[in-house]
Amino acid sequence: MVPKALDYETLNENVKKVQYAVRGELYLRASELQKEGKKIIFTNVGNPHALGQKPLTFPRQVVALCQAPFLLDDPNVGLLFPSDAIARAKHYLSLTSGGLGAYSDSRGIPGVRKEVAEFIERRDGYPSDPELIFLTDGASKGVMQILNCIIRGQGDGILVPVPQYPLYSATISLLGGSLVPYYLEETANWGLDINNLRESVAQARFKGITVRAMVIINPGNPTGQCLSEANLREILNFCYQENLVLLGDEVYQQNIYQDERPFISARKVLMDMGPPISKEVQLVSFHTVSKGYWGECGQRGGYFEMTNLSPKTVDEIYKIASIALSPNVPAQIFMGLMVNPLKPGDISYEQFLRESRGILESLRRGARLMTDGFNSCKNVVCNFTEGAMYSFPQIRLPPKAIEAAKKAGKVPDVFYCLKLLEATGISTVPGSGFGQKDGVFHLRTTILPAEEDMPAIMSSFKKFNDEFMDQYEDNWNHSRM
Amino acid sequence: MAPPVTVNTINPKVIECEYAVRGEIVILAQKLQDEIKIKLEAHPFEEILYCNIGNPQSLGQQPITFFREVLALCDHPPLLDKSETQGLFSKDSIQRARKILDQIPGRATGAYSHSQGIKGLRDTIAAGIEARDGFPADPNDIFLTDGASPAVHMMMQLLIRSEKDGILCPIPQYPLYSASIALHGGTLVPYYLDEATGWGLEVSDLKKQLEAAKSKGIDVRALVVINPGNPTGQVLAEENQKEIVKFCKEEGLVLLADEVYQENVYVRKKKFHSFKKVSRSMGYDEKDIHLVSFQSVSKGYYGECGKRGGYMEITGFGADVREHIYKLASVNLCSNISGQILASLVMSPPKAGDESYESYISERDGILSSLARRAKTLEDAFNKLEGVTCNKAEGAMYLFPRINLPEKAIKAAGEAKTAPDAFYCRRLLTETGIVFVPGSGFRQVPGTWHFRCTILPQEEKIPAVVTRLTDFHKRFMNEFRD
Repeated sequence: MVPKALDYETLNENVKKVQYAVRGELYLRASELQKEGKKIIFTNVGNPHALGQKPLTFPRQVVALCQAPFLLDDPNVGLLFPSDAIARAKHYLSLTSGGLGAYSDSRGIPGVRKEVAEFIERRDGYPSDPELIFLTDGASKGVMQILNCIIRGQGDGILVPVPQYPLYSATISLLGGSLVPYYLEETANWGLDINNLRESVAQARFKGITVRAMVIINPGNPTGQCLSEANLREILNFCYQENLVLLGDEVYQQNIYQDERPFISARKVLMDMGPPISKEVQLVSFHTVSKGYWGECGQRGGYFEMTNLSPKTVDEIYKIASIALSPNVPAQIFMGLMVNPLKPGDISYEQFLRESRGILESLRRGARLMTDGFNSCKNVVCNFTEGAMYSFPQIRLPPKAIEAAKKAGKVPDVFYCLKLLEATGISTVPGSGFGQKDGVFHLRTTILPAEEDMPAIMSSFKKFNDEFMDQYEDNWNHSRM
Repeated sequence: MAPPVTVNTINPKVIECEYAVRGEIVILAQKLQDEIKIKLEAHPFEEILYCNIGNPQSLGQQPITFFREVLALCDHPPLLDKSETQGLFSKDSIQRARKILDQIPGRATGAYSHSQGIKGLRDTIAAGIEARDGFPADPNDIFLTDGASPAVHMMMQLLIRSEKDGILCPIPQYPLYSASIALHGGTLVPYYLDEATGWGLEVSDLKKQLEAAKSKGIDVRALVVINPGNPTGQVLAEENQKEIVKFCKEEGLVLLADEVYQENVYVRKKKFHSFKKVSRSMGYDEKDIHLVSFQSVSKGYYGECGKRGGYMEITGFGADVREHIYKLASVNLCSNISGQILASLVMSPPKAGDESYESYISERDGILSSLARRAKTLEDAFNKLEGVTCNKAEGAMYLFPRINLPEKAIKAAGEAKTAPDAFYCRRLLTETGIVFVPGSGFRQVPGTWHFRCTILPQEEKIPAVVTRLTDFHKRFMNEFRD
C-alpha cells in the first residue's frame, strides 16, 4: 500500500511549528464545554459583536443598500432607510466597477483608497498617497503579505515585542523566518526600553541573523500600552540607525482609555522628524474595521499604507495582491465609511455619535473595572489597560501550582486557565500564547463583556482565583518576579 | 545605507512568481483607459473591452435577486423587525434571512465566526453537496474561505516542504497554481492537456510526467485537476474522471479538484460530476483517497467575485493533519461572514414551490443560456480567423484559441523582447482596446501560441468585439504574413 501524500509525517514542518493560542487549546476546550451545555463567557478574542456590542446602524444601512441596489429604485425605500444612507450607498456604488459582486482593483477601489488617504492626512497633517494604500481582507492578510515579502529564510529576523499578538509569531514560523523578541517592561507599564531593543538585535546578529524589520503594536496587544511620542521617535531613530523597516500595527488606534498618551501614528512622528529620516525610514502601517468602536470583525476589512518603499518594491507587492484578485468589496465600503464618517448636520449624525460614544465610554469603564477587579485578587497584579481591548494580568502562581501543572503535563498558565474555565466558564488565553519572561505567568482576557455582566464576571474570577491560591499556596514562599 | 526592503532584498519567491491575469497587458490597458478619460481621441477606440478576467458583474451581469435580498437582510437585521420590509423583500428571502441569523450566535454578522465557518451554514452546504452528488458530506470537512484561492494556498502550504516537492498541474493552467507553488517554494510538474482531442486529459501522460519527475528526485505530492477547465473549458467525461481517481489512489497523490465552474456547462452531451461523487461511486471512501474539492461564489451563474466567498471540502485526511489545517485557518480567524452566507445560498438556492423560485430560475437560465450563446459566437468568430483554431468552450468562462503566428511576427516579437502571443495581444490592445491574456500566462506546449478571451462582454457588445478583432487580425496578418 503506497503511503499517502498527506500523512502527519509528511506535512510541511513550518505548518507543524505554528502556534496560534487565540484559537488554541483553551478555546477548543471551551467550545467542547459549550456543546455540553455549560455557559461559556468567551473572552479569548477581540470580537466585540460576539459579546453583545451592536453594530453601528449607519454603515449597516449603507451596505445593505449596496447589497440590494434594487431597493434604491423602489419609491418606498425612504420608509426603511434615511436619505443620507441612501446617498452614501449611491456614492459607493458609483465608485465600484459593477457593484459589490465584481472584483475591484487588486489594491482596492481607488475611490475608497482616496478616502483612506484623506483620513490619514486629516489625522496626521501630512499628505498621503492613495497609490501606496492597499486594502486587504483584514489587517492580518496585509501583515502576512508584507512579512512574505521580507522573509527570505531562517537567516532573516523580525523584531517582535514580547508579549505579542501571535499572528506575528505564527506568520514568521509559517514563512520560515526567525522571531527576534524584545521584551516590554511590565513594571514600567509595559514600556519599551531602547536598551532591550539594542540587546535583542545584538544577540540576534551574534547568532548570524540579519534583522530586517521591527514590529510595534500601538496600542499594544495584549498589553494595551500607548506609546508616547518620545518613544516613537526613539524607535524611528533606532530603525534608521539599524536599517530596519518599521511595521506599525495600529489597529487599536481608536481604543484609547487615558488622556496622557493619545494615539499618535508612527507616520506622523516620522514626518515630524524631517529629512533625512522622514525620507529614508521604511514604514508600513496597518489598520482595520475589526476594532475601534466599529468592531466589524466578520467583514474582514483592513489596509496597509507604505512609506518610503521604492516603486519597484510596491510593484512586487501589487503583483502578490493581484494573485488574490481583490479584497472583498463590502468590507472596502465599511472601510470607506469608517475613514469618512458622518458630519454634524447629516441626518444620521446624532445617532452615529451617540452609538460610537456609548461604545467607547463603555470600553473605558470596562478597562478600569477589569484592571481594578484583577488588582483586588490574591497574587494578581494588573497594569492598567491604556488602550486596545484586553487585560493582561500577571498571575503569581505558587510553586505547588507550578508543580501540579507539570504533573498534569501542562504549561502552568494553561493549567490555571483550564481550571478557571472549568470552574467559571470564563474562557481566556494563557499568557504563554503571547510570550512572557521565563517563570512569569499571565492570562489575556478582553474588556468586551457587557457592562452589566462585568461585576458578576469579576467576582466569579476572584472567587476562583483566591480559592486556587489558597489551595496551592504554602505560607513560606510563592513565585514572585 | 541601502534601505532594508528593495527588490534585491525581498523574498526571491515573490520576484519569481507571476500572475498574468492581472499582468503587464492589463496594467497597460488601465493606463490607456485613464488616457481616454482625459482625452477621448487619445486612442483609436473609445473604450477598453476587458476580456481578460472572469469578472462577470464588472461587465454588466446582474446578481441573482434572491441572494442579494437575503444578504441585505443579514447585513442589517433590524430590517426584519420593520413592517415596511414585507413590501420590499420577497417572503422567502425574509424567511431564509431569519433562518440564517438564527444560526449565528446573537445574530452577530459582525463577529468572527468559527474558523471553519458558521456551523449552520456548513450544514446547509453539506446538504447541498449531498443533494448534488447523492453521497453524504460532513460539515466538519468543510472550510469556508475568502474565495477558493486562499484554500488553494492553504493546501500548497501544507504539501510543499521544499523545491523537492512537486505538484502535478495541467498545462494550460489557471496561473493561481503556478504562482502559489512558486510562492511556497515547490516545483510545478506539468502534464499536458491534448489540444487535438478537445483538451483531453490522458492518464498515460500523467504517469509519464510523474515518472519523469520522480527520476529527477522530485517527490510528487498532489494532482491539480480543473474541471470544467480554465482556460481550456473542457468538461471531463466521467470515465476519464474515474481513471484520474484510480491514478491518485495508486500513486498516493492528493487530488486537488478545482470545481469552481461546476455550474458553467454549455454542451448538452456533457455533465458536471464532482470528483467526490465519482470517487464514492467507485466504492472509494476516506481510506482510499485524499481529496480536496474547491468551490466558489465567483463563477457559475451567480458571478459574485467581489464577495470573496468559497470553500474547500477535505476528505480522507487523518485527525492529526486536520488539526493542522484547522490551525492554519485559525491564524486568519475566519473568512468574511457575508461570503459565508452567500456560499450557503449558492449551495441551496430556491426550490420549486418557493415564492422566489420562478424569478430565480428565469434569472439563472437567462444568464447561463446567454453565456452558452456568447461562447458559441466567439468560438465561431475565432475559427474564421486566418491561422487561428479554437476548441469549443464546453464549460467555464473562456475561449483559448491557438494562433499560428507567422515567422515574421515571431521575429518582431523577439526584437521587442516579448513573447509572440504577448506581442499579438499588445498590438490588439493598442489598436482596438480589446484585452486578452497571452497564452504564455497559462503555459502551453512549447512553440505553440494562444490567448485567453472571456465570454463575458455583454451580448450587445459581442458583435463589436468580433468586428474589431476580425479587422485587426486581417491587418496583423497582412503586415506579418510570410
